[in-house]
Amino acid sequence: MERPISGPLGGPGSDVSSDGGPEVAPVGEREQRSSSLVAVIPPPIGPEAPEPLEDPRLSDVDRWGRSESARRTARKLTGLYYRNWFRVEWEGMENVPLEGGALLVANHAGAIPADAPMIIHGIEEELHRPVYGLADYWFRSIPFVGLGWSRGGGVAAHPDNAHRLLGEEEQLVLVFPEGTKATSKQYRDRYQLRRFGRGGFVETAMRAGVPVVPIAVVGNEEAMPIVARLPSGFAKALGVPYLPLTLNHLVFGPVLGTLMWLPAKFRIRVLPPIHFDVEPDQERYPRSRLIDEAEAIRQLLQENLHDMLRNRRSPWLG
Amino acid sequence: MGRRILVTGLDSFWGARFAAALETESGIDTILGMGTGAPPVALERTEYVKADQSYSLVSRIVRATAVDTIVHTFLVVDSTTMSSRKLHEANVIGTMNLLAAAGAPGSSVRQLVVKSSTLYYGSSARDPQCFSEETGPVQRPRTSLERGIAEVEALVHDFWLDNPEVGVTVLRFANVLGSDISTPITRNLGKGVLPVIAGFDPLMQFVEEGDVVRALEMVTLRQLPGVYNVAGEGALPWSEVARIAGARRLYLPPVMTSRFAAPLRRMGLIELPSEYLDLLRFGRGVDNRKLVERGFRYDFTSAGAVQSFTRARRLRRAVGGSLPRYSYEADVEAFFKHSPSVVRDPRPSGVGADS
Repeated sequence: MERPISGPLGGPGSDVSSDGGPEVAPVGEREQRSSSLVAVIPPPIGPEAPEPLEDPRLSDVDRWGRSESARRTARKLTGLYYRNWFRVEWEGMENVPLEGGALLVANHAGAIPADAPMIIHGIEEELHRPVYGLADYWFRSIPFVGLGWSRGGGVAAHPDNAHRLLGEEEQLVLVFPEGTKATSKQYRDRYQLRRFGRGGFVETAMRAGVPVVPIAVVGNEEAMPIVARLPSGFAKALGVPYLPLTLNHLVFGPVLGTLMWLPAKFRIRVLPPIHFDVEPDQERYPRSRLIDEAEAIRQLLQENLHDMLRNRRSPWLG
Repeated sequence: MGRRILVTGLDSFWGARFAAALETESGIDTILGMGTGAPPVALERTEYVKADQSYSLVSRIVRATAVDTIVHTFLVVDSTTMSSRKLHEANVIGTMNLLAAAGAPGSSVRQLVVKSSTLYYGSSARDPQCFSEETGPVQRPRTSLERGIAEVEALVHDFWLDNPEVGVTVLRFANVLGSDISTPITRNLGKGVLPVIAGFDPLMQFVEEGDVVRALEMVTLRQLPGVYNVAGEGALPWSEVARIAGARRLYLPPVMTSRFAAPLRRMGLIELPSEYLDLLRFGRGVDNRKLVERGFRYDFTSAGAVQSFTRARRLRRAVGGSLPRYSYEADVEAFFKHSPSVVRDPRPSGVGADS
């Protein structure tokens, strides 16, 4: 008796139309909201906000599983890497908006990519804004790893999640549109951007009415470069997306090589926000426009990567 | 003319609580309750019919009483209480018969309220963090209970298509906590032990039992059609539930969980029905704003519901054993309802004895 079920119910004369789609807020209201709202406070519900109920919470884990106290602890660890190991240097951090939602789009690399924790660490330390990282839902199913990932601000890359985070809560959201195509590529393909998905991230930003902030990262390709990849059958058997042999394995051995990055110098360049001149909360956006914009952002990042690499004297010293 | 309301599952916790709440409302001519057992709370005006949900019986009752509203509170969402075959009979077949009776030609029914569950959305790694009423489940239902809920919702959807003149309301309730209700979670907490799958700490949402009754009441009295999630504000990690309730955490391994849990279940140490195996990994969040926008006000947040439950449990422990319980005596009830010797309270809502 399986069958597709249940769209919105309600008889005729019911108000299905008014709650069928997401609400379109007038432009003025949106702007006012974004300036009055900082970080984790959820938007008020209903026309007249009722007096708040007693909420005997014992932890600071939010709706997304992120915990600021867990992040503080994690930042102590990532801080060591950030300052002493990768010696991260930023350029154009002022392009990250101080308020309102924004979709941070970066290039991705390394068998176990260090770019995400470094970008998140830098922005949270400098701008005191939480950053949520979108990643494959696969993480959620791994015990302990998935839990740590979630408490650290990791969210499954479901369009609905991205929309709520960006549009309703006006948070900063980091996404790597290349996904595992970037992290599984071999060292000989370094700094060659992969396909940017199917432009879904552009659609997400358009629908939420937020800008895309492109971020170019140099150094991540040298932190854990893949020299060979085991046949995909092994990876599948273990339930992981890919199974690499890294330079780190050859240098540090099989165990330490999985846990240790090479001390590459990280440089991160934030480019000016890209605003799409479209109405938010639309049912759909032209596919060609999405692909165009995604491709333009990819090109922009690629050019900036080349520019940064031209000025780099050594992967280790920068 | 006042409303005439039929409540199914009067012997269930919800049916009885809901009928009791309706009794205090004015403008209702008749409250009729169906159930296979006796109602668990004292009811004054509610007429009780001991009947299962077989089609011929239901359709006769609906025709004879000319009810305009059916509130279907009967769905069983606790798979530990009966076998999966009985569960299917009760949930799917019971609902099917009820809807067939309600949609029969010449039926007087103009409103249908169904108490469903957020079990409808399932629980998986691919889920969004927060289901809204329009987002369907991501994964096909995996347990027989979830399949049953999905089939019930499909039946209700078909009913709505076939009977456009009837306003259909579906309320999807999150895990309910409260001083009186008994669910696998409350029974675990009652023993002071909460099963935890090691390496996972899912976000959970709860709704307090009083909020459940008030939500049913609001949509029934205001005749709000549509699908609504009913869940307290906010979500909290499973570990925090244990901390608020002061329960010990019993860690189960993340692999072969049910095999390791089986002996503990048999010993009666924990309850872990199969629909909890995924829930305790991935949790489930729902968007409760649609009903709030319609004017519903919750009394408890998710964490508040856990705390309220904990306080009720402390009270019960302090006064020792169980509080006095109501037991239904058919003859006594008939006497109070129908005997001319009983002096009846002339409240505005009070209707004659022969209503």
